[in-house]
Amino acid sequence: MKPVRVVEGRAVPLERSDVDTDQIIPSDWLKRVERTGFGRGLFSEWRDDPGFVLNRPNFVGASILIAGPRFGIGSSREHAVWALMDYGFEAIIAPSFGDIFVNNSSKQGLVIVVLTLTDVEELMALINADPTQLVVVDVDQQRVEVPEAGFQRHFEIDPMTRERLLNGWDDISLTLLRESAIADFESTEEAPSLKGIFDDAGHVR
Amino acid sequence: MPTGRTLFEKIWEDHVIESPGEQTLLYIDLHLVHEVTSPQAFESLRLNGRGVRRPERTLATADHNVPTDPISTPVSDPVSRRQLEALEENCEEFGITVFPRGHENQGIVHVIGPELGVTQPGMTIVCGDSHTSTHGAFGALAFGIGTSEVEHVLATQTLPQQKAKSMAVTLEGSVRPGVSAKDIALAIVSTLGTGGGAGHVIEYRGDAIRDLSMEGRMTVCNMSIEAGARAGLVAVDDTTIEYLRSRPSVPKGDEFETAAARWRTFVSDEDATFETEILLRAEDIVPSITWGTNPAQVVSLDGVIPSPDEMDDPDEKATTERSLAYMGLTPGTPVRSIPIDVVFIGSCTNSRIEDLRAAASLAQGRQVAEGVRALVVPGSHRVKRQAEAEGLDQVFLDAGFEWREPGCSMCLGMNPDQLGAEMRCASTSNRNFEGRQGRGGRTHLVSPAVAAASAVMGRFASPEELS
Repeated sequence: MKPVRVVEGRAVPLERSDVDTDQIIPSDWLKRVERTGFGRGLFSEWRDDPGFVLNRPNFVGASILIAGPRFGIGSSREHAVWALMDYGFEAIIAPSFGDIFVNNSSKQGLVIVVLTLTDVEELMALINADPTQLVVVDVDQQRVEVPEAGFQRHFEIDPMTRERLLNGWDDISLTLLRESAIADFESTEEAPSLKGIFDDAGHVR
Repeated sequence: MPTGRTLFEKIWEDHVIESPGEQTLLYIDLHLVHEVTSPQAFESLRLNGRGVRRPERTLATADHNVPTDPISTPVSDPVSRRQLEALEENCEEFGITVFPRGHENQGIVHVIGPELGVTQPGMTIVCGDSHTSTHGAFGALAFGIGTSEVEHVLATQTLPQQKAKSMAVTLEGSVRPGVSAKDIALAIVSTLGTGGGAGHVIEYRGDAIRDLSMEGRMTVCNMSIEAGARAGLVAVDDTTIEYLRSRPSVPKGDEFETAAARWRTFVSDEDATFETEILLRAEDIVPSITWGTNPAQVVSLDGVIPSPDEMDDPDEKATTERSLAYMGLTPGTPVRSIPIDVVFIGSCTNSRIEDLRAAASLAQGRQVAEGVRALVVPGSHRVKRQAEAEGLDQVFLDAGFEWREPGCSMCLGMNPDQLGAEMRCASTSNRNFEGRQGRGGRTHLVSPAVAAASAVMGRFASPEELS
């Protein structure tokens, strides 16, 4: 994944809570075997509505999404992250998120920012008042800023995720460096495997 | 002073390879794979010249997008067909056992793991599906992962993880007659809310949990994710051991007894403490239904549709208004007066033999109401064969239900089993999100018994109304 130090751009407020991953990318889109092209399916059940916030001309080209509590709950589909990133979002700000969604985001370099509900509401109000304002999400400094409005907040991020974002590290390469520890563990592991249970055609022997 | 360990801590500690800093490298005993969240992972392995580290700890089945038409009917959607073919090709290439559409062991991944005895106490189990929590019913630490993590497990048989917090949800006392495991699950989700379990592994405890069959415990653990938790757990007891005895993948004879003795250690110590504790009185739980568009929006089957005016919190008020508008419902309407169009009995929540027996006992000698389409989709071919051996298929067919081939089906509407716009469905599945079962569809989550009674009455109905 690409390193991410700072995300700068315009933001779009999605004033809804419990936006689940079925809303982010409906299941019809999950049949594909590719990893690209999911941006067209982003929020597709809502995109027909001209009043939907992503359809408003002011917000075209925004790279930061600001949402209500519990964003990304539900299904484990990483396609939700692929869709958000393919559409052009690089950071999501909300009061809380679904756990699996946060994990999936960290693997792709989508920056997840948790602010308090009050701060999120204040940020949404600032953006609604002037959608052209620049918003800065600084992963290195762990800070969200709207420079023109003097808005500045610190955010927490787990140190390992921060390092991975800043360096663009690939988890698998890192884990493979620990090969000998994995092999040692496997030599003592007690749980049974499937060896000998099924024949080549998958029938129980 | 040494303190006891929770079931979660025991399994966790058994699987720690290394713990540098805050992240632990955790060993994964069993990786379950299906067609939807795996193709991009296999593709990435190929691009990076990596293999599958332990194919014998990996098991694959087709479930999410398979049609439930007779197996002789080809898969008409070319995109779905391509994905099903990709699963078979990838498993062949990397040496993984796979059950394709129509295979005698094929079915919903969270149904086949337990019924084959592949799911065992004390294991770590992952799958690219959030309802992997189901396997926690066996005292296994089981959780859903995304495609990048699927790739990570394929390549390394491990996952970097941060340890979750532990939560005890204790159901004191026993449930009343007519209250099912699904009603317990809905009561828990309703109590915790959609985010209440975030960051936690939940252990379900108390007499009302102990009284449940393995099928019932799977239903409860299945919906842990609906409360935001990664995993649910139930301690091992006689019910667990007896379910596993004679399953195809468990040891035989004396070796089974040795394994069972080890499995029995997968319980929380008496002096173990939990970071969060929730108490529910089992006798307060009633047959329930969701009315809205998230699974915490639950009301008694005997109740009425709630009003936004009852809500103090502005966010909850707005959410309620949105949900009511989407669902096409008016506050104050008695639930049991609302007509339905479709009944779906199936999904990893409620498609096991016990669920089908419960539904069939109500369908027996009755007819699906005119204008209602009612589908029964067994969770696996093994469940289907068992049900047919018991004559349940004929009971359903005689009553006007469709008896279909196994798969995830209308739970998420990836295959042709979908709701049309504004169609109202009594569904035994786990999610009532907007558009989940088909664009514009309206989902109400219920137990198999309530689903069957509603099919007969043509509106939401309680089983007692039929007698």
